[in-house]
Amino acid sequence: MISIRNVSHSIDHHPILHDVSLDIPRGGITALIGPNGAGKSTLLSLVARLAALTTGEISVDTLQIGKCKDRDLAKVLAIMPQSTQVSSRLTIRDLVGFGRYPWHQGHPGPEDREKVEETLTRFGLEPLAHRFLDEVSGGQKQRAFAAMAYAQSTPYLLLDEPLNNLDIAASRSLMRLLRDMAEEDGKTILIVLHDINYAAAFADRLVVMKEGRIAADGKPEKVVSAKLLYDVFGTDAPVCMMDERPVVLV
Amino acid sequence: MLRNRFLILGTLLALSVVGYMTLGAVGSWSFLIPFRASKLAALALVSVCLAVSTVLFQTITANRILTPSVMGFDALYVFILTAIVHSFGAAGYAAIPAPLLFVMNLVLMTGMGLVLFSLLIKGGRGDILKMVLTGIVLGILIRALTGFLQRMIDPSEFQTIQSVSFARFTYVDKLNLAMAAVVALPALVMAWRMRHRLDVIALGPVAATGLGETPKRGQRQALVLICLLTASATALAGPMSSGGAGPSSFFGLIVAALAHMITPSYKHSVLLPSAAMLACITLIGGQTVMERVLHLSTPLAVVIEVLGGITFLILLLKRRMA
Repeated sequence: MISIRNVSHSIDHHPILHDVSLDIPRGGITALIGPNGAGKSTLLSLVARLAALTTGEISVDTLQIGKCKDRDLAKVLAIMPQSTQVSSRLTIRDLVGFGRYPWHQGHPGPEDREKVEETLTRFGLEPLAHRFLDEVSGGQKQRAFAAMAYAQSTPYLLLDEPLNNLDIAASRSLMRLLRDMAEEDGKTILIVLHDINYAAAFADRLVVMKEGRIAADGKPEKVVSAKLLYDVFGTDAPVCMMDERPVVLV
Repeated sequence: MLRNRFLILGTLLALSVVGYMTLGAVGSWSFLIPFRASKLAALALVSVCLAVSTVLFQTITANRILTPSVMGFDALYVFILTAIVHSFGAAGYAAIPAPLLFVMNLVLMTGMGLVLFSLLIKGGRGDILKMVLTGIVLGILIRALTGFLQRMIDPSEFQTIQSVSFARFTYVDKLNLAMAAVVALPALVMAWRMRHRLDVIALGPVAATGLGETPKRGQRQALVLICLLTASATALAGPMSSGGAGPSSFFGLIVAALAHMITPSYKHSVLLPSAAMLACITLIGGQTVMERVLHLSTPLAVVIEVLGGITFLILLLKRRMA
């Protein structure tokens, strides 16, 4: 379980999060949604220890963020970086191989290589394995990053707006992959999403944030409503139900 | 492919070493061998230090056209020299025992580097840029102060400064060499031990954190090593850039760029040795050709500056086109 307790955070004296507490039990996809500046990315980066936690406590299973060793945490919690955040010229196989780093610290053994090959097969990346990251499409690149996070073999996975700059086909295929990872491998996925429709279609639980606080929390069909859109996002878009999933008409 | 290229580099390196030791020998071998060997050791130490520190610096700044010399190490060296000559005169400078001067240079340069780098610790990735800019501005300040002092110095004493503000390998003090080695060799070993962590840090802060590396800690450790390596190389041989007044030392830039070209890999276990070997080939081979084959008196540093300038422009233009 990821447990967030009384977390507040300010950036340059501007308060971003106000006393946020949230529990994310093992299993399923939890999506953080909310308008720009609501603090969802900040909350995720605190869990990911990309920003230093100042007030409150966050723990992942038995490991407490800020107190435990980063190396130990990396075996439990994977972060899927955005492709724009990675600079090196790597092949897809090299990138997926890096996912094993927390386990071998630079000296991969046979089981690490096996895991990399298995991951490449599972993500359909074998034909592209020798290609460099800057030679493949945005969707394939994002798939490679998901594969890297998968190869890390952690029970938890964090993603910050992975659908940025992806077209509809690539977005759906990435969300489908995450869905498979949650269902087949029992991974717990915490994801920040911009698009409520993607969140409602693929997540098990939505946590809606507004002005640094949690405004709503629950199953998509319970949370997404015209009233929520008006209250939290300040827009009057209609919501209808399709196949028991709420859809926002834009 | 990499294996063959390393074989070629090894052969070239062996050729330059043998050429340096044997070509143009005059007099008895029993004198020549130890005399040339100590110069060779100094050349090799300086090459490896500058190559490794440049690769480390480029990795932690995520920038292929920066070298640690933007931090103004060379400028500080010339400033210390000028300040001493200004205060005590050329005779006073000559009277300072070489080991004391060496230790002073080493301590001051490492100290300044660390002060500058501690600015970095406070922030995120953007602060590397701030640090580099601070270093450049500080370098300009130091150069201006140096120029000011030099204008007030007796012209004959100014000659003293000029003659020692180029990297030189004509005479190597064995004690200085030993002291530089004592500082540089452990730093090199530590840089080598960081190689896998550097691969991960090169992925960028988000990916590195996710994989359990703390980028800031790695950057800090690398910066300490860079300070020690650059300072000991400069204290041993003098500044590699043009009299401490050039825009940057292009030597590190050339060898790092060549290493990326000749042995393309993201792995520091490839890049570090390849850059180090290329540096030795450039410096030892270059020195052999200049001194023994062409009998030129032009300092090698000048030739390296010219070639380095061209490399720098090519790198810039390539980036723009890419």
